Amino acid sequence: MSELFVIVEHRLGEIREITFEMLWKAGELAQEHSHTVTAILLGHEVNPIAESISDRADKIIIFDDERLKNFNADIYKEAIAGLIEESKPTLTLIGNTSWGMELAPCLAVRAGLPLATDCIDIMFKDDKIIAQRQMYSGKIFSNVSFASSAGYILTIRSGVFSKDRIGDRQAEIVKKDFPLKDVPLKKDFIEFVETAAGDIDITQAELLVSVGRGIGEEENIPLVKELAEALNGVVSCSRPIVDKNWLPKYLQVGTSGKSVSPKVYIAVGISGAFQHLAGISGAGTIIAINKDPKAPIFRTADYGIVDDLFKILPVLKDKVLETKKG
Amino acid sequence: MDIVVCVKRVPLTEEVDLVIDEQKKGIKKDQLAFVLNDWDNYAIEEAILLKEKHGGTVTAITVGNEDDEEVLRRSLAMGADRAVRIEVGDTSRFDSFGISKMLSRVVKDLPFDLVFTGVLADDDYCGMVGMMMAEQLGIDHANMVTAIEIEDGKARTTSELEGGLGEVSLIELPALLAIQTGINEPRYVSILGIRKAAKKELKIMDLSDLGIPDEELSPRAIIDEVYLPPETEGAQILAGDPDKIASDFVEILTKKGVME
Repeated sequence: MSELFVIVEHRLGEIREITFEMLWKAGELAQEHSHTVTAILLGHEVNPIAESISDRADKIIIFDDERLKNFNADIYKEAIAGLIEESKPTLTLIGNTSWGMELAPCLAVRAGLPLATDCIDIMFKDDKIIAQRQMYSGKIFSNVSFASSAGYILTIRSGVFSKDRIGDRQAEIVKKDFPLKDVPLKKDFIEFVETAAGDIDITQAELLVSVGRGIGEEENIPLVKELAEALNGVVSCSRPIVDKNWLPKYLQVGTSGKSVSPKVYIAVGISGAFQHLAGISGAGTIIAINKDPKAPIFRTADYGIVDDLFKILPVLKDKVLETKKG
Repeated sequence: MDIVVCVKRVPLTEEVDLVIDEQKKGIKKDQLAFVLNDWDNYAIEEAILLKEKHGGTVTAITVGNEDDEEVLRRSLAMGADRAVRIEVGDTSRFDSFGISKMLSRVVKDLPFDLVFTGVLADDDYCGMVGMMMAEQLGIDHANMVTAIEIEDGKARTTSELEGGLGEVSLIELPALLAIQTGINEPRYVSILGIRKAAKKELKIMDLSDLGIPDEELSPRAIIDEVYLPPETEGAQILAGDPDKIASDFVEILTKKGVME
C-alpha cells in the first residue's frame, strides 16, 4: 500500500477541472490496488479549494503561504520534492497544462524520478506501471514503461478522465509549514492578461465553420468565409491559422483559445490535434472535411467528407444557397 | 545577448500513412520527409530577432546524425552564428532525460544569457527536454512563451495559459524559455541562403567529448510498444459524387436545424 499524489491545480481562486480528472484516475487506481490518494495543495487562503475536493482524497496536504498566491514552478518543485522524499508516493500526477508542463520536468530532475508526459491512461501490470501516450499528432499510440524507481511522475492530458467523484473518501487535512519562506524568487509574477479578446464571440454561435492548416494559403480563407456566410454561420479556426496571423486569436477554438458548443461544427482542413478537440467536446454535431482519411478528426466527428477542400467547398456553398432559395 | 537554441529534426506526418516498424518501437521513417520542428523554427527566429535588437550571438544545437545537420544549416541560414551537433549514433537509445543531459553539458561551456527550446517536438510530443535543462543548469525558466522583452538585464515574458489567458513574469537572466508557436513570423530561407551559410561554423561533438558516464544517460522512460489507434466507430463518411455529398451535407444541416 502506498500513496498516490495528485498536485492540485487552481487559478485565480478556482480549482481547474484537470484536478478532478486526476483525482478520479487516482481514485480508481487506489481502489484497484489498495493505495491511498493524497492531494497536494499549494496556495494562499485555499480552504474553499480544499473543501471542494475533501470527498475525493484520503488526505490533503496544504501549504498555505502568501508567497504561494501565484503559481511558481520553482517553489512548487522544492516543496513537492520534499514531500516526495518524505512519503515516497508510487505516483505523482500533475496536469499536462502550461504550468504542469513547466513543473513536472524540473521536479523529475530534482527528485531523480522517471517522468512520462501527456499520458492518456495509466495501468498497473505485474507491479510495473505502464503509461499510455500518443505520438505523431495522435496517429500513433505508445505504451511507456519505466526503469525501476521508488516513484514515478506522470502528467495527465486534460479531458481524458471523468470529472466525477469515485469511491467514498473523507480527507484528513494536514496543514504544513511552508518550508521556503526565505528562498529568494528568481521569477516575479506581474499580471494576467486577456489574449483572446475580440468583437466576435464564437462561444455563442449556433453554427461554426472552422478552418485549419489544410486550407494551405491565406488567400484560400475566403472559400471558408463564403460557406459560413451562405449558412449564416460564424468563422472560427484552429491554432496554426492564428500562429500564421491569418485570423485573429479570438476566433481560435481549442485549449489555448475558446471552448465552443455550437449546434453544428464544420471543421475544414483541421487534422484534429487533441488541443483542438478539447475545445469542441460541447459541439452538437461535428462535420469534418479533410483530404486525409487518417486525420484524427474523423475519429471524433459525426460525419466526414474526404475530399479536396478546394473542389468540395464551392459545391457545398452553391448547394446551400440553392436550397435556401428554393 | 548570447542565446543558445536547441533544435530537432522531425518527420512530416500530416496527410501521410504511418507504418509501424518491425520492432514495434517506432515508425518507418525511410519514406518520410523531414523538417525543422515547428516550435524550434519559432525559437530560432525569436533568438535572431533578439540578437538583431540587442547584439550578441545565436548558437543552434541538435542531438543527431549527419542528416540532422539539415536543421542546423537552416538555422544558420536564418541568422544563427554557429551550430553544434552532438553525435550519439542511434538517438532512439536515449530518452528525453538523456538528451537534456547532453544538451545541458554542452550549453554549460557556452556563453549564454538565454536558452531556448520549443515547447514540444512534433514527433514524440514529450515536451520535457527544455525544463529538464533548466533544472540541470540551475537557471530560471518560463514555459509556452509568446512574448519576450529584455529590460534591465531581465526578461519580461508572457506565457500562454489555458482559455485565452496570458501570464506576464519578470525573470532573472540567464534563463531558459520554452517558445510557443505564433510568437513571431519565422523568416523565409532560400536554398541559396542555406548554401551561403555552409561557411559558418558547424562543430561536431561526440559522447566522449561530453564526458558523461554511460549509466547517467540510460533511459528512465522506455517505449514498450507503439500501435495504431484503437478502432472507434468514427465519422459516417458522406460518399458519392460532389453533388450527392452536397445534398447529404445540406440534409444533415436541415435536420440539425441550422438551415433557416
